[in-house]
Amino acid sequence: MAEIKDNLTRRHLLKTGCCAGCLAGLGGLAGLLAAKGRAGDTVWQIDPYKCVACKNCQTYCVLEKSAVKCVQVYQLCGYCDYCPGFHQPGAAALDTGAENELCPTGAIKRKFVEEPYFQYDIDESLCIACGKCVKGCAAFGNGSLFLQVRHDRCLNCNECSIAAACPSGAFKRVPADKPYLLKKVENA
Amino acid sequence: MRLLPHTIVAIAVLLNLCAPASAELLFPPPEFETDYVMPGTTTPHPHQDIYEYVDVAVLLIALSLASYLILKRRSRRATFVLMLSSLVYFGFWRKGCVCPIGAIQNVVLSISDSTYAVPIAVLLFFLLPLIFTLFFGRVFCAAVCPLGAIQDLVMLSAKGGVSVPHWLAAGLRLLAYLYLALAVLFATTGSAFLICRYDPFVAFFRLSGNVNILIIGVCFLLVGLFIGRPYCRFFCPYGLILRQFSRLSMRRVTITPDECIQCRLCEDSCPFGAISSPAVQWPAVEYAGAKKRLAFLMLLMPILILLCGWAGSRLKNVTSRMHPTVRLAERIYLEEAGDVNDVTDPSTAFRATGETIESLYQRASVIRERFTLGGWLLGGFMGLVIGVKLIAVSVWRKRTDYEAERAGCLACARCFKYCPRERLRLSKTKKEVR
Repeated sequence: MAEIKDNLTRRHLLKTGCCAGCLAGLGGLAGLLAAKGRAGDTVWQIDPYKCVACKNCQTYCVLEKSAVKCVQVYQLCGYCDYCPGFHQPGAAALDTGAENELCPTGAIKRKFVEEPYFQYDIDESLCIACGKCVKGCAAFGNGSLFLQVRHDRCLNCNECSIAAACPSGAFKRVPADKPYLLKKVENA
Repeated sequence: MRLLPHTIVAIAVLLNLCAPASAELLFPPPEFETDYVMPGTTTPHPHQDIYEYVDVAVLLIALSLASYLILKRRSRRATFVLMLSSLVYFGFWRKGCVCPIGAIQNVVLSISDSTYAVPIAVLLFFLLPLIFTLFFGRVFCAAVCPLGAIQDLVMLSAKGGVSVPHWLAAGLRLLAYLYLALAVLFATTGSAFLICRYDPFVAFFRLSGNVNILIIGVCFLLVGLFIGRPYCRFFCPYGLILRQFSRLSMRRVTITPDECIQCRLCEDSCPFGAISSPAVQWPAVEYAGAKKRLAFLMLLMPILILLCGWAGSRLKNVTSRMHPTVRLAERIYLEEAGDVNDVTDPSTAFRATGETIESLYQRASVIRERFTLGGWLLGGFMGLVIGVKLIAVSVWRKRTDYEAERAGCLACARCFKYCPRERLRLSKTKKEVR
C-alpha cells in the first residue's frame, strides 16, 4: 500500500492528467486539420495575366540567381523579324548585335527559320528574370514571353520572398501536379 | 520584306487600340512553308512529394535517436554527433525549410482560413517534436533543430560564457511571447509569415539571402559566441510551446543518474542557465509579505489582461499595415488625396486591374476589422503572460537537489559529466564490460 501511495501523489496525478490532456488535444488538432481534406502539396507560381514585370523577381528571390525565368510559348509567338521582346526600341539593325538586343544578358537567342520568320529561344542559364522582354512583348507583341517560377530551381519556401514583394499579387500557390500557369493558346 | 521597326510598332499600337476585348493575336503565328516543327515550352517538375515524407521519416528517426542517446545512453558526444548530422541534413541539405518553428503559422492559418489546408508533412513536422517533448523533454532542441545546432556550434566556452541572470532571462522571454503572438496574428489574418521572413539562420543554410537577414543572423551568432543559444532562449516561438510541454514531460534529463549528493560540481556547468539550486526553506520573514503579494497579483491579473488587450486593439492601424491589401489601400488613398505625386508598382498594378477604389477600401476595412479582434486577443495573451510571470515570482517550490529546470533545460547532456555519481556509474559499467 505504502508504495502505491508514494507513487501516486496529487501533483503526479495532476501532471499525468495534463500530459494526457495535451496528447488528446494534439490528437484532436491533428484530426481536425487532417479532416479538412487531404491537402495535396502546393508550389509557388506566377499568374502571367496579373504579372506586371516589375523586376522584383530578379532581386527578391532567396537564391543568388532567381528561380524565376522567362518562358516562351511558341504557339503564341509571331516569329517576327522585328521582335519587341528581343530588339531595343528603334534598333539600328535587325540582327543579333549586342547594341540591338533588349536583354541585358543576351539570354534570348534568335534563330532564322525561313524568310521572314525567326524563332526566339530563352537561354535559362543566362536569364535573370528582369522582365524587360516581357514588357516589350506584352506592349507591342503577342505576349508570348512571360515569367514563370522554374521548379527545377525553386526551393518552395514556406513564405516566398518574391511573393511577399510582388506588387500585383500575381504569386500564388498552385497544386504541385499542375505547377505551371502558361498563357492559354486560343483557337488551338 | 523588312519593315521599319517604327512602322510595325505604330501598326501594333493602332491594332491594339482597335482590337476587341476577345484577344486575337496581334501577329498570328505564321504558316510555315518548310517542315519546321514548333518547339514546346519546357516545364521542369518540382521535387516529388516523396521527399517530404523522407524528411518526416528522418525527423522521426532523429527524435527517437536523440531521446535514446540523451536519456538512456547519457552521452554528450553521441548527442553532439547527432546534432551535427541534423544541422547538415535539415539545415544545409534541405535548406532549412520546412521547419517546426515555421509550421506554427501553417497550422494556425489552416485553423483560421477555411480554404487553406495544411499539408500532412507540415502538420507532422509541427506535431512530432511536441509529442516527443511530452514524453522525453526538449530532445528536439538538443539534437534535431538546425537553428539550435548552428548556435550551439559557435559557443566559445563550453559553459556558455556570460550567464544571464534569471530575472533578465524571464524578461527577455517576453520578446519571444510577443514574437509568437505577432506571428500568429499575421498568419491568421493572411498578412505574412513573420517567422519565415525573419528566420535569422536560413541565409547561412542557403549560402545566399537578403542582406538585412544576413546581418541579423551574424548578430545572433556574434552574441552566441558569449551567450549560449540566444535565439533559442529569448526569441524562438516554438521553443516557448516546447517549454510548456516540457513541464509535463513523463521522463526528462536528470543531472545525476541516481541520487544527488549536493556536491555543487554541476552548479555552473549549464551554458543556458537551466540548473536550479536546492531551495529547502522559504525565508520566514518574507512569507506573510509574499502571501499578500500573491493575492494582489491574482486580483491584478484580469485588469492587466484587459489593459493589454485594449492597448493591442489600439494598435490595429499599425499592425494591419503588414497586410498587402491594407498597405495598397493606404497608398491609393494618399494618391487620391494628392498627398503624393508619384506612383508605386503596387498602385500602378492595381489601377490596371480596373477594380474600383471603393471596393478596395471595402476589402481593406474588412481586413482591418479582423486586426481589432486580433489585437484584443494578442494584448490579452501578453497580459496573461506578464501576470503569470509575476505570480511565478511569488510562488515557492521545495527543491532538495540540484535539478535541470523542467522548462528551460534544452537536454543538451553537457551537465552529466560534471556529476561524480555519473563518473562512478561509468567506471562501474566499464568494469562490467571487462
